[in-house]
Amino acid sequence: MRCVLALGAAVVALGAACGDDEDENGGAATAGERARVVVSAAASMTDALEACAPDFGDQENADVRLGFAGSDELAAQIREGVKPDVYAAANTRIPGELHDEGLLEQPVEFATNEFVLAVPKDSGIDSINDLTAGDVKIAIGSESVPIGSYTRETLAKLPPEQEQAILANVRSNEPDVKGIVGKLSQQAADAGFVYLTDVNAAGEQLRAIELPAELEPDVTYGAAVVKGAKEPMKGRAFVDGLTDGPCADALQAAGFGAAP
Amino acid sequence: MTLRRAWFPALLGLALAVALTFLTLPILAIFVDQSPADLVTSLGEPGALDALWLSLRTTAISMAIILAVGTPAAYLVATRSFRGKAVVVTLVELPLVLPPAVAGIALLAAVGPAGILGGTIEAVGIELALETAGVVVALTFVASPFYVRQGMAAFAAVDRTLLDASRTLGDSEARGFVRVMIPAALPGLAAGGALALGRALGEFGATLMFAGSFEGITQTVPLAIYDRFATDFDSALALSAILVAVSAAILLAVKLVQRDDSLGGWGEGPARAGR
Repeated sequence: MRCVLALGAAVVALGAACGDDEDENGGAATAGERARVVVSAAASMTDALEACAPDFGDQENADVRLGFAGSDELAAQIREGVKPDVYAAANTRIPGELHDEGLLEQPVEFATNEFVLAVPKDSGIDSINDLTAGDVKIAIGSESVPIGSYTRETLAKLPPEQEQAILANVRSNEPDVKGIVGKLSQQAADAGFVYLTDVNAAGEQLRAIELPAELEPDVTYGAAVVKGAKEPMKGRAFVDGLTDGPCADALQAAGFGAAP
Repeated sequence: MTLRRAWFPALLGLALAVALTFLTLPILAIFVDQSPADLVTSLGEPGALDALWLSLRTTAISMAIILAVGTPAAYLVATRSFRGKAVVVTLVELPLVLPPAVAGIALLAAVGPAGILGGTIEAVGIELALETAGVVVALTFVASPFYVRQGMAAFAAVDRTLLDASRTLGDSEARGFVRVMIPAALPGLAAGGALALGRALGEFGATLMFAGSFEGITQTVPLAIYDRFATDFDSALALSAILVAVSAAILLAVKLVQRDDSLGGWGEGPARAGR
């Protein structure tokens, strides 16, 4: 039975590896000579990391293979035995948990993001107080993904009746930020809670509404090298590069803040 | 000499063994990883039952639409020759090969709030995106080609003398369609229906992109599995086990229908055309 399970895990790993191919970021032809660093990163960093990966690769003589999904899904893959070299999440809680479970090396905080209310650009919604109207459709992150837990954490700071009214307008619990942004830009939803960087990345389609400071959660991103990684040295270099180097620059250009 | 002859069958056997292992192991793992008691406990969780009930409802509605529209459409294409028939058949089959993500984007672009028909649909007072009706649209879009395609083949394979005989006896085409053609094509139609049913039950990507994911409203079983993947792997496994069981039952039912057919099908003569 153990053999069956191990093979099952191998099949899962194989599936995940195939999934990564879609996000592969160039340079596979030279994979024979260059080390390959596999990075599992939260979906909100897609644009920034895709922009800096080639520069990092040249600097470190490595090919970076990026895979993006909800931080929780990537964590679940790691718990099921998938071993990327680096895990970069949109919070510090999940990397902390994985570290406690012995799956990650010591995580580091490498960036901050701003948690905002996003609406389609022509929307009449101007503040979080407008979300209680009966006809507003809201898309938020699923409870298990960081953007979803930040959202619930924020709403819990509101008066209970306002929190309930807003939650009653939620029409979709999306598995990652891309889902929320997609629903907003297609006007399937009227409002959603995402990171400022997502609104920036969506270009002209969305408008960000800042939340009052007392509501805004502290959004800090954490990353670590995965224990048992094939390329731990290059992985460490990648994690270091998130705070200093081309990837740190790309993150700032995308609207991320420097780590506290 | 025998050894030299035996290598090819041995290779065939090996290929089959590899294929079987590869295909059944992951499915087996779903059941090995949990005890039946765990399975029942996980289902006791309210969200899981909501997802099951929603999947059954949306699939049933979608199947009703597919059968009601798909059957006459398939009959028409199968029994007439007209210019552009190949184009029509290709268009019907196209969603079969579309990735679910493309189906989701396409539905948003067509009937989403910002899509080309979005304003019209809104004006009629129908809401699709993020609503249960949107799930039905997504399921119907991805599943119907399986039925229509199989239905066309089934109608085309019916011995035309059956229909002609019914016409000679003074039946209208409508009566012949209902009384002769549908019974004669039934095994093929049932097989197509089962394929469509299985596809609808398993639909994930188009539903998530077009209809979103909300418990009891748009979160069907595959979406619920994905939602639990990270937080509640056991519950995800339990729901997966149920989908596997239901799908296996559908497949088995089709095999039984088709065996009935081969044992005494309609193709043997007009004697059973049932008038």
